Amino acid sequence: MQLTNRSKQVSNKQMTFAERIYLPAIATGLGITIKHFFQKKVTIQYPEVKQFLGPVFRGRHVLKRDEQGRERCTACGLCAVACPAEAISMVAAEREKGEEKLYREEKYAAVYEINMLRCIFCGLCEEACPKQAIYLRHDEFVPVFTERDQVVWGKDLLAENMNNRYLRKAWTKEEAHEQDLKGVEAEPRTQL
Amino acid sequence: MTIDVALIIKAIIILLIFGITLLIAMYSTYGERKVAAFMQDRIGPNRAGPFGLLQPLADAVKMFFKEDFIPSQASKWLFILGPCLSMLTALMTSAVIPFGDSVKYESAPGKVWDIPVQAIDVNIGILYVFGVVSLGVYGIMVGGWASNNKFSLLGAIRAASQNISYEISMGLAIIAILMMTGSLSIRHIVEQQHGGNWNIFYQPLGFVIFITCAFAECNRTPFDLPECETELIGGYHTEYSSMKLGFYLFAEYINMFVSSAMISSLYFGGYNYPGMDWVQAQLTGSLGEIAGHNVGTLIGTLVFFAKSLFFVFFYMWVRWTLPRFRYDQLMNLGWKALIPLAMINIILTGGAILFLKPLIVSFLK
Repeated sequence: MQLTNRSKQVSNKQMTFAERIYLPAIATGLGITIKHFFQKKVTIQYPEVKQFLGPVFRGRHVLKRDEQGRERCTACGLCAVACPAEAISMVAAEREKGEEKLYREEKYAAVYEINMLRCIFCGLCEEACPKQAIYLRHDEFVPVFTERDQVVWGKDLLAENMNNRYLRKAWTKEEAHEQDLKGVEAEPRTQL
Repeated sequence: MTIDVALIIKAIIILLIFGITLLIAMYSTYGERKVAAFMQDRIGPNRAGPFGLLQPLADAVKMFFKEDFIPSQASKWLFILGPCLSMLTALMTSAVIPFGDSVKYESAPGKVWDIPVQAIDVNIGILYVFGVVSLGVYGIMVGGWASNNKFSLLGAIRAASQNISYEISMGLAIIAILMMTGSLSIRHIVEQQHGGNWNIFYQPLGFVIFITCAFAECNRTPFDLPECETELIGGYHTEYSSMKLGFYLFAEYINMFVSSAMISSLYFGGYNYPGMDWVQAQLTGSLGEIAGHNVGTLIGTLVFFAKSLFFVFFYMWVRWTLPRFRYDQLMNLGWKALIPLAMINIILTGGAILFLKPLIVSFLK
């Protein structure tokens, strides 16, 4: 019974003399390996050279501010609810008079903490946020931590630095391609 | 007084040979990793020093600082003896290999010492090499047996039977060379390949047999059954750690270099190269008799090392090309293919010496 038309006739023919003495096959193999010897290497020297991982890669978190430098977060708690790993916790507070320069809305997060050991970098907080306050940066990782007190990140680490704002240049692969964001972002090698 | 200087030169040569053998073996480990990486489109070690050149040092330091573990059920003395034997026999072979022509030294006017660039020129050099190489398998066997481990023992048994099988055809391949040169001294064999008159042109079949057997003797892929990771964990050195393991691995690289040196001196003219007479004449013409001779020797030695290192590269090249043989294939190849071929080679060589050579000689007259 034939199930597909992809079946192949197996050949059981005797090996020819050239095949039996191995040597021509070995020479062909040696030719292939020496060709690869001189080929361009695919290695990316990671800590010195960083690859562009895509416009929407989910790296470390950032709490965005608006153009005037006010925090966008209103401590609604939707990100904490959306978070499947329960990594986010916050304490809400009411904006006092005179703090209009600091916080955009009447309510703000006095404490906003993300446990980086719990976070799975799924990006659901980013999707849940109605105020476009939290994003996962596409260009930075959470650095390796070695101490317990480095694990929980507070607002001091998460809030956006206005001197070095995080701007996402593209939102899709096509946009990134149009702006020629693809390819390796080379940095000078600082030490051997 | 005069003898002293000659002795010192000799001692320097011996120390140099010893040191260079170790150095080359050391950098073979680096070379192996680099070659492997390049053939797999990678870059290889490049963090320790420029281009990763300090990698062998880092490896050695790592080896020294690992825990030196001896299994409780192992035979302790034999367990220690194994890697020692491997290392000892690996280092002994380089003694008879002629690394270059000779160094001339004039102690007094008219009294010229002619010191060959070779540790000792014994007239049974090839026999010596064969003897020491066949002792080399004891290191593996003793180590594998003393480990008290099934896998180690299997690796050791494989090593022993493989070496015995392939030594026969290796010896038979050499006999054809001995028939041509009429001498067991490696220096004589090299001297008879003066210029470009290399043995490879007379003994292509013998060369193929010899190099195949050399791969098997060194336990290199495709004949690395004694230590094949996929079947025997680590083979004979499964239970070894720290510098004892390092000795085993290092001995393999020394063996590789020594056998490359043997291949280049037996089949590729050793320190001879085409046009050497012309170069020698130019050098003696411009630098004088003694200095010119010494510089010529240096060039010859460099040529020898270039040839040897090419074969070390060839070992690595083959390692990353061919998969391992199955054990029955190994035995079939050794006993059913290489030994008959080696015998045919002897008969052909004998026939050529008897009938073809007088014919060519009379034709040339």
